Amino acid sequence: MPTHKELELTGWGRTLRATSQVARPEKRQALMALMADRPAPAMGRLRSYGDTALNNGGEAVDLTRLDRMLGFDEETGVLRVEGGARIGEINAAMAPRGWLVPVMPGTGFATVGGAIAMDVHGKNHHGAGSFGEHVDEMTLITPGGVEDVIPGDPLFKVTAGGMGQTGVVAEAAIRMTQAKGDVMMVTERRIADWDEHLALLDASEATYTVGWIDATAEGASLGRGILEEAETAGGLVPAAKRGKTVPFDAPAFALAPTVVKLFNAAYWRRVPVSGRTVVKPIEDFFFPLDKIYDWNRLYGKSGFHQVQCVVPLAAADTLKEILEAIARTGMASPLAVLKRMGPGRAGMMSFPMEGYTLAVDLHAAHGPERLAKRIENMVLKAGGRLYLAKDSLASAESVQAMYPEREAWAKAVAKVDPEGKLMTDLVRRLKLREVA
Amino acid sequence: MSTWLILGGSSAMARALARAVAAEGDAVFPAGRDKGDLEALATDCRLRGASEAEAIRFDARDASGFAAIHERMVKSHGPLNIAVFTGSMPPQDEIDADPSLITGVIQDSFTGPAELITLLAPHVEATQGTVVGVGSVAGDRGRIGNYVYGSAKAGFHTYMSGLRNRLTRSGAHAITVKPGFVDTAMTWGLEGMFLVASPDAVARDILNAVKKRKDVIYTPFFWRYIMLIIRNIPERIFKKLSV
Repeated sequence: MPTHKELELTGWGRTLRATSQVARPEKRQALMALMADRPAPAMGRLRSYGDTALNNGGEAVDLTRLDRMLGFDEETGVLRVEGGARIGEINAAMAPRGWLVPVMPGTGFATVGGAIAMDVHGKNHHGAGSFGEHVDEMTLITPGGVEDVIPGDPLFKVTAGGMGQTGVVAEAAIRMTQAKGDVMMVTERRIADWDEHLALLDASEATYTVGWIDATAEGASLGRGILEEAETAGGLVPAAKRGKTVPFDAPAFALAPTVVKLFNAAYWRRVPVSGRTVVKPIEDFFFPLDKIYDWNRLYGKSGFHQVQCVVPLAAADTLKEILEAIARTGMASPLAVLKRMGPGRAGMMSFPMEGYTLAVDLHAAHGPERLAKRIENMVLKAGGRLYLAKDSLASAESVQAMYPEREAWAKAVAKVDPEGKLMTDLVRRLKLREVA
Repeated sequence: MSTWLILGGSSAMARALARAVAAEGDAVFPAGRDKGDLEALATDCRLRGASEAEAIRFDARDASGFAAIHERMVKSHGPLNIAVFTGSMPPQDEIDADPSLITGVIQDSFTGPAELITLLAPHVEATQGTVVGVGSVAGDRGRIGNYVYGSAKAGFHTYMSGLRNRLTRSGAHAITVKPGFVDTAMTWGLEGMFLVASPDAVARDILNAVKKRKDVIYTPFFWRYIMLIIRNIPERIFKKLSV
């Protein structure tokens, strides 16, 4: 039986592509043998938008078949899982017993290994910090052998947010968080403009807070949106329906600027002026888009870019200018998110910083490269940074300036993977591992 | 609540079935040779809701272990269901070079599990359980690429058909499952794969067949029609094809 298969892969945004020889071990031993023989970067479910998990012309190890839960301690709440386990699957099994994954990204299809590699954040970042801060231990298969890594080990900060450059996360122990029940009590509020949006985000005391923003609204309505604040709760809701698929790549007009504008206005008005509190299944709140399995096809053949940036609290005005620039071009998609982040980050290359983060999808067919470049420059000037899990357009110089620990990280990585076997397209494109 | 003994428990299809029945609260006993791997699956099943889960040692080529499995299974709760995913398919050229490999293929794919099922059949009858025998579309007609595996599975299909004839008298049941190409370690990277189904989809089809007490299913369903055509090609022509 062959161990590798040639696959054409893309990130979630479908703009960057790669052809790789991919192995997909189904047992731990097979993974160990593979990494000893032909070490290669890991890939999960390819939910990062750009090229973080791509290795064009090289090899990759698909971890999705190593996705089991290996043990749970009811006393401490520590769950041991394999690196390919999906966040959503863990939640589906554990939430009914009163435990949640402590940090959840916007898709339940993300794997634990990917969540560590990108040190992901969720709607509770302001209180709970990043994913890596809830990892008690990981079993890392490096090109040099197996290492047990715990917080405090120098390798931990290199690996969390380290984009897979230190090895494959075969197993991790995660401190789960206790939940009152397996539904979410969600309060939704209409927000009229930018100032109100920031004020409400600042004032929010909820465990989970996120702002949906209408990135097509301009002038007095700039920054209008919906604030969602949520807590776990006990209660009963009908089980979520099975997801739908997008059967074909949508034509370009499906997300044309006028369509998006109309959609956004309707979406905004869906929440009554008085606001409302609704009860939702957990997955509906955390992973609203997962119900349409391949929603990325809505952007058609050309795909899309997502730009996510964070700026320090004091630079909120820059974010407003960025939003103005996006609104003026009319290129925004229905999916734009504004959030206040706390300082929590687990690794040297982690994205989070205390401040405000904005994420917007830009249709590749509209030629958003110049807009993206402008955003990049503004973020850099404001002392913020771009999120590499989303990136497909940034320049090496800017990104290197945004991540002050980058060079120290690159030196540490070089010790673990001296031959550069774990390099990915992202790492090459942004010259992340170059050492002066 | 029923009990599932899953032979060949390390395979991707078996894993998918084990998890699906675990989520329904059944007891799950994945069985096979790789104890460490099966123990990981058993823990996973418990965390997904299985009322009980335990790895069982089962080697299709070593019948001396079957009595211990029998002893464990008669102590299980509710209807005893057995699902068989065992099988091995060395490349035909390796078999051509070493014909002694044939015995092992037949033990893995047919006689080993058949012997254990026969041993457990009285308990399946007593508890009105279901036996799910996973064969293969390869068992429907001998082809140049894998006819040793195919003939073992053909034997297994016939065994399953006779077993069904027996079990139905006591209200127990047997289902023959014939998967087409499934996305597993066995097919990863092989040439000529098409319409490949996910292990989860196969597990869903199997559970559906158990609920509806189907006799023979193809999964995905369209393989029934593909194989209808393949079975009906006159031998005179078929012998010259390499399908």
